Amino acid sequence: MSNKVLVLAEVREGVLRNVSFEAIAASKQIADGGEVVGVLIGDGVSQLAGELIAYGADRVVTVEHPHLKTYTSDGFSQAFLAVYNQEKPNAVVFGHTSLGKDLSPKIASKLQSGLISDVTEIEGSGSAAVYIRPIYSGKAFEKVKVKEGITFVTVRPNNIAPLTKDTGRTGAVSALSVEITNLRTIIKEVVRKSTTGVDLSEAKVVVAGGRGVKSAEGFEPLQQLADLLGGAVGASRGACDADYCDYSLQIGQTGKVVTPDLYIAAGISGAIQHLAGMSNSKVIVAINKDPEANIFKVADYGIVGDLFEVIPLLIEEFKALKVNA
Amino acid sequence: MNIFVLVKRTFDTEEKITISGGKIQDDGAEYIINPYDEYAIEEAIQVRDAKGGKVTVVTIGGEDAEKQLRTALAMGADEAVLINTEDDLDELDQYSTALILAEYFKDKEVDLILAGNVAIDGGTGQVGPRVADLLGINYVTTITDLKIDGTSVKIVRDIEGDSEIIETSLPLLVTAQQGLNEPRYPSLPGIMKAKKKPLAELELDDLDIDEDDVEVKVETVEVFLPPKKEAGRILQGELSEQVKELVNLLHSEAKVV
Repeated sequence: MSNKVLVLAEVREGVLRNVSFEAIAASKQIADGGEVVGVLIGDGVSQLAGELIAYGADRVVTVEHPHLKTYTSDGFSQAFLAVYNQEKPNAVVFGHTSLGKDLSPKIASKLQSGLISDVTEIEGSGSAAVYIRPIYSGKAFEKVKVKEGITFVTVRPNNIAPLTKDTGRTGAVSALSVEITNLRTIIKEVVRKSTTGVDLSEAKVVVAGGRGVKSAEGFEPLQQLADLLGGAVGASRGACDADYCDYSLQIGQTGKVVTPDLYIAAGISGAIQHLAGMSNSKVIVAINKDPEANIFKVADYGIVGDLFEVIPLLIEEFKALKVNA
Repeated sequence: MNIFVLVKRTFDTEEKITISGGKIQDDGAEYIINPYDEYAIEEAIQVRDAKGGKVTVVTIGGEDAEKQLRTALAMGADEAVLINTEDDLDELDQYSTALILAEYFKDKEVDLILAGNVAIDGGTGQVGPRVADLLGINYVTTITDLKIDGTSVKIVRDIEGDSEIIETSLPLLVTAQQGLNEPRYPSLPGIMKAKKKPLAELELDDLDIDEDDVEVKVETVEVFLPPKKEAGRILQGELSEQVKELVNLLHSEAKVV
C-alpha cells in the first residue's frame, strides 16, 4: 500500500543539510509510489523548496515565522503539527540529527505514535517496510516494524543514498501560516566550536586521534589532514579524558557513532567502547606504533608507525593526488 | 526542590554482544547504570546539595535493576523507585515506557527531572522528551551545564559540537550529555547508607495502568550482528612507500578519496 509521507527538511546557516536529501530518498521508499511532501520550517527558508523537489519531493509546504529563526522544540513542534494536521500523512521522516533527536520524540508523543529512531537501512517498501537500526552503538542491529499507528522514523546521516538531483523536476510549493506562541525556551547565543564547519556525524571523512596524539597540539596535523579531505576530526575517550580535546569530539559507545566513507584512526588502540562508535565506517585506516593494537583487527588498511611521521607524509601524498587529479 | 532522575540498567560498555536463538545473550554479562544517566544522577545530587530538597531515582525494569538503584542511592540519591513490569509486560517500546513513567509522575510535584540523553543499548533518546511532553513541562536535551536561580534556569546545550546558551524555567526535564560533570564513585559509607534508604517497588496495578493501555507501537522482529570485519592489510616497506601505497589504495581500490 502506498503512503503519503511528510519529510522534515533541515536548514543550517541558510543551506539544506545533506541528511534532508537522504530523508527524501527514505521517504520515497516508504511512500512506495505515494506522495512525498517536504516540510521547510524557519524564517526566510522558502527559496530552498526547489532543491527539495529536485531531490525527489513531490511538493513542499513551508512555515515561516520570525520565532522560527532558531530551532526550539516548542516553535518547531507547533509548525510541524500544523502541517501534519493539514496533510494527514501515514508516515513521517526526520533526520537523526541534533534537531531531529530533540524534536521527534515530542512530535511522536503528541501523535501518540511509535518512533523508530536512527534508521540506517530500510528493507522493503510501503507499509511492509522493515527498518534496520543499530543497537548497543552498532555492536548489533535490530529490525523493527510498525505494529500500530503511523510510521515515524528518523534516518541516520550518511547511510541512505540520496536520489540524483534533477533540477528539471517540478512541484507545488505552498505556505502555511501558523501562530507560534508560548515559547518556553529562549536561545541566547550559539557558540560555534567546530573549526571547519564539517559536522562529525555527517562527515564523509573522519580523522580521529587517541592517546597516541599525546597533547592538544598533537591534534593539529590531524586537523590539517581532515581539512584537506573535507572531513572532521574525532577522538577516542582516552584522548578526551586526557583533555587533549573537547568531549564533543568523542567517538564511541559513550560519544558519537559515526559511519563515514573513510575513517583514519591515528594513535588509537581500539577499545571495544571506541570500536562500537566507528567500526561500521566504510573504509578504516589504522595508524599505530603498536602492531598488536586492537584497531588493526577492524582496519582495512594498516600502517605500523608513528602518527607524527605518517600524517605529514599522508598530507603530502593527498596534496599530490589533488594536483594530479 | 523535588528532583527525579530517570535511570536505566544497561550492559557494561566493554561487553561484547552475542546472539543465540534470535536473542541477545545476557548470561554472565556485567551491568551498569547507563553512563549518561550517571551524569544525570551526579547533577541531581549537586543541585540538591546546593538548593536543598530530595533526589528520587526511578527505573522501569525487573528485579535485577535494584542493584543499579542501590548504586544510585550509594552515590547520594535519597530514594529509589523500581517500576517492575516483569510479570505484566513482555515488551516495552519508548511509547509505552514514557506512558508508564508519566503515570508515575502524575501526582508528584516535580521541579526537575534529569535523564541521560540516550541509553547506550537501545540508543533512541526518546523517553526523556516524551515524558516531558506527557507531563506538559518543557525539556532541554544534551545539556553540558545547568545553573538554577529560583525558578530561572540557564543551560548550555551541546548541538553537534557547538554550544547553545539557553534560558528557560522550572519545572523542567533535562537530558545529560558527557561533559556535564564528573560522576562520583559511591563511597563505602555511601554504600552502607544506601542499604537503609527507601526503595519502593511498584507494579502496573499500583499505577492504575491497564496492560492494554501500554501496548507497543513498534516491535523488534530480529536482532543480528554486523558482518565481521576481516582483518585488513598491514602495509609493508619504507614508511614513505607505505603512505604512497595507502593513498593509491584509497583512491583506486577503495575509491573513498
